Formats: sequence, structure tokens, C-alpha cells
Amino acid sequence: MSDVLVIGASAAGLATAEALRRRGFGGTVRLVGAEPHPPYDRPPLSKQVLLGDWEADRTVLRPPGALADLGIETTLGRRAVSLDTARREVALDDGTSLPYGDLVLATGLTPRRIGAFAEQAGVHTVRTLEDTGRLRAELAGARRLSVIGGGVLGCEIAASARRLGLDVTVIDPAPVPMADRVGPEIGAMLAELHRDHGIVLMSGAEAEAPVVSGGRIAGVRTSKGTVEADVVVVAVGSTPATEWLEGSGLTLDDGVVCDARCRAARHVYAVGDVARWWHEEQGRYVRLENRSNATEQALAVAGNILGADRPYLPVPYFWTDQHGVRMQVLGRPAEADRIRMVERTPDPRKFVAVAEAGERPVGVVGWNSARGLRRARALLTDGSRPH
Amino acid sequence: MTLKVEVDEQRCVSAGHCVTSAPDVFDQRDDDGVVHLLDGAPPERRHEQVREAALLCPAAAILLRERDGSA
Ligand SMILES: Cc1cc2nc3c(=O)[nH]c(=O)nc-3n(C[C@H](O)[C@H](O)[C@H](O)COP(=O)(O)OP(=O)(O)OC[C@H]3O[C@@H](n4cnc5c(N)ncnc54)[C@H](O)[C@@H]3O)c2cc1C
Ligand code: SF4
Repeated sequence: MSDVLVIGASAAGLATAEALRRRGFGGTVRLVGAEPHPPYDRPPLSKQVLLGDWEADRTVLRPPGALADLGIETTLGRRAVSLDTARREVALDDGTSLPYGDLVLATGLTPRRIGAFAEQAGVHTVRTLEDTGRLRAELAGARRLSVIGGGVLGCEIAASARRLGLDVTVIDPAPVPMADRVGPEIGAMLAELHRDHGIVLMSGAEAEAPVVSGGRIAGVRTSKGTVEADVVVVAVGSTPATEWLEGSGLTLDDGVVCDARCRAARHVYAVGDVARWWHEEQGRYVRLENRSNATEQALAVAGNILGADRPYLPVPYFWTDQHGVRMQVLGRPAEADRIRMVERTPDPRKFVAVAEAGERPVGVVGWNSARGLRRARALLTDGSRPH
Repeated sequence: MTLKVEVDEQRCVSAGHCVTSAPDVFDQRDDDGVVHLLDGAPPERRHEQVREAALLCPAAAILLRERDGSA
């Protein structure tokens, strides 16, 4: 039986290794990760950890010893630096090389930076535990936060900082937050939610340059004027962590490009945020950046390594927590031309909406309505697949 | 083989993957969708579903302890 090498020891890499074992794979499974920590979870970073409700160690995904018990060999604090698909070897940053029978690429994303703001003290991005620790420490002594980017991450950080008592401004060129994920109507509801909680939304504004005073950040110059700030978070999206694969012969184009079975080349697979695979039903390449995809795709990849030969056809799902509202999103509501409320309660803070393109449901959004959302999931599936 | 299931309600993010995978073992609370464990020691025929649920749970909120029948 051949060996499986997994590069990237976070949600997707971990789940692939575990799924292989749970499905009876008897060969060696090696998990290599650049971060020094055992695999941990990122969603709490912008929520419980930033708020101080959770200590950092609560984010650890598996109890100590669980991976060793499954016979998964883990190498942490080591970065893969190159791939040789002909020799079937991955070189690490300590000069050693690891052979593989099958290789799984699970290296996730790196936050995008804005040139003018790079290297400026007081400007943050958030992807790791360390990032969150640094931001939390700075917010403790600050009064005003500017968040550049009104996507999911920017909105969550803004909401958490507001709860910590800061004056918060969100700067984004779009008219409403998260419209690219949930569409304009739900985006407008989110905008109202943020305003109700005292957040200033600077919509239609482009961040141009930092305002610096005595070496420290003092504000953000935007196309609509200057905002004062003691701390700035840049949350303008992320790019797939594939630089180390340049020259390997794999196709890299906004991620590791894969076939319908998440295979990038013979004996090479990609999973999680870094993977862009051919979606057979949609007839296009798709890359998802969400926590459920990391585990679901991991199951699919583990299955295909073991010979299942099945295309990956998930229903995209993500959740976000902002100002005490849990929003859950299935499918692709941003592609709809209208939304229809299907479950309304007397409480306006609880609803389920179906997003439709023509007559066809393309997404479901639940607002504090977990059970209703699960019921509506059937609208997006033919019922033959569990997820 | 015995399988003990525990859920950590504090971690649960109400995604409901567990209910979809193993509806006889997991349910969701009505108000907030947080997981509710129906069966902490499910019968062998449910073990596969429960393992799948634990793997899929996006919050790592499902803990399994497996023992051989001899123990
Ligand atoms: C702050 C935050 C909040 C989030 N909140 C939500 C949420 O509420 N809901 C939701 O659905 N999703 C959320 N997400 C998204 C979710 O966390 C990701 O989809 C998920 O982490 C993807 O997992 P992954 O394993 O593919 O990639 P990652 O988690 O990015 O892990 C990749 C790992 O690979 C390592 N690596 C990179 N390059 C190398 C290399 N060359 N060699 C070795 N190792 C390498 C990295 O160090 C990293 O540890 C959030 C993300 C963040 C950052
Ligand atoms: S799958 Fe996990 S997060 Fe989702 S409802 Fe079940 S226990 Fe909670």
C-alpha cells in the first residue's frame, strides 16, 4: 500500500488524513504543516478568540494524542518549498525531502495586502492565532478601529471590536457589506444591523493610503475623505498559498487547478481553500473558502485516493456571527435575481429566505434560524446526496 | 466495538451536518440550532454514520471514544 503525504496541517489537511484512516487506509499518513501549532480552527479567531471569550488553546481541533492514536505522523513548523512530480518528492525548508505515493495539497490562503499599507505598524491582517493575538493586544489600548474590506471577515472583526467598545468604521467600495456572498437585499439587512450597533459603514469608498503620525498609524485616507484610526485591519481577501508550487508543472490559476475528482496531476490532489476544481454540474471551475468545504472536500479526496472515482459536488455552506446574529448561507445566493421569504416569524430577527434565479432556487439564507435552514436545504439538492 | 459519543455545545456552530449524517443520534435544538445528543451510545449499525458526522462537523464539536468489545 502506498503512502500519503499531506502538506498543510489545518482543517482540510487534518480531515483528509483522518478520513483516510477512518476508511481503513493502512499505509503511512504524514501531515506536514508550516505553523508550529497542532491543527487549530480559524473561525473562532475573529469571534471568540478576538473577543477574549476563548483562550487560544480552545481552538485546537483534536485532543492531544488523537492523531498519533490514528497513526498519523505529524511534522509541524516545517514548510514545503518545492514539488517534484516525476520523482514524487516534496522538499522541506530544512533541506530534507519526503517521498509520496499520493500527495494532498492543503496549504490554504495567505491574506492579501494593500501595498501602501504593508509593513506599517498598527496595520493588521487576520489569518493565524498569532495575528489574532497581536490584534487583540492592540485593540486593548485603542479607541478607533478602521476595517478595510466589508466581506465576511471584515464584518466579523468589526462586530467583535465594537463589542470590545471601540469606535469602528468599515471602508469598502461596494454599496453594502458581503453582497458578493449574499446578494444586495441581505447585504442591506446586514448594513442595517451594523449601523444599529453603532458601526460606521463607509460604503462606496476606496482605501488609498495610510495616514501616519510619529511612525504610528493615525488614519486611512479614502476616496471619500480621511478616517481617523489607532488600529487598521486589512481584510480584502486572500490568495491561495501556491508560490512554492511554481515550476512544479501543476496548473496554478487562483488556486491549484484540479479535475472533477480534485486531482491536480497523477497522484496529486488538492483540498480546502487552495483547491479550484472542475464542478461537473456547474460546468466551471470553483474554489470555495469556507470551513465546511474543508472537511467535505477532504472526505471526497480521501475517497478518491482510495479509488472511489467520484466527482466532488458539494452544496456550498458557510456561517457567520455578527452582533449576536448567526447567519447561515447555503448555495450561491449572490447569483439570484430575487429573494423570497419562506419562513418568517413574528420576530424580525429570525427568517429563512430562498434566493432564486428565475424560478430556480440557487441559495438559502437563514438568519438565526438553524433548523429552518436545514429544512430548506432540500430545495438545493435532489435528495440523493447527503450533503 | 462500543462507541461513546459526546458533544460540546459551546463549540457547536449549528451547521446541522451531524443531523443530516445520523438523524437517529443527533438533533438540533429548536431555538438556536445547537446540537442535541439523542443517543450517547449508538448501536453498531449507526457507527459509520456517527464517524462521518464527527469528521464532517465544521466545529470539531463531536467527540468519539471507541473501545473494542473485549474492554
Ligand atoms: C478569521 C477567520 C474566520 C473564519 N470564519 C469562518 C466562518 O465563520 N465560517 C466559515 O465557514 N469559514 C470561516 N473561515 C474560513 C475557514 O477557516 C477556512 O475555510 C478553513 O480554515 C480552510 O481550511 P484549509 O485547511 O483549507 O486552509 P487553512 O486553514 O488556511 O490552512 C492551511 C495550512 O497550510 C499551511 N501551509 C501553507 N503553506 C504551506 C507550505 N508550503 N508547507 C506547509 N504548510 C503550509 C498554513 O500554515 C496553514 O496552517 C474563517 C477564516 C478565518 C481566517
Ligand atoms: S455538525 Fe457540529 S456544528 Fe453542526 S450542528 Fe452538529 S455538532 Fe453542531
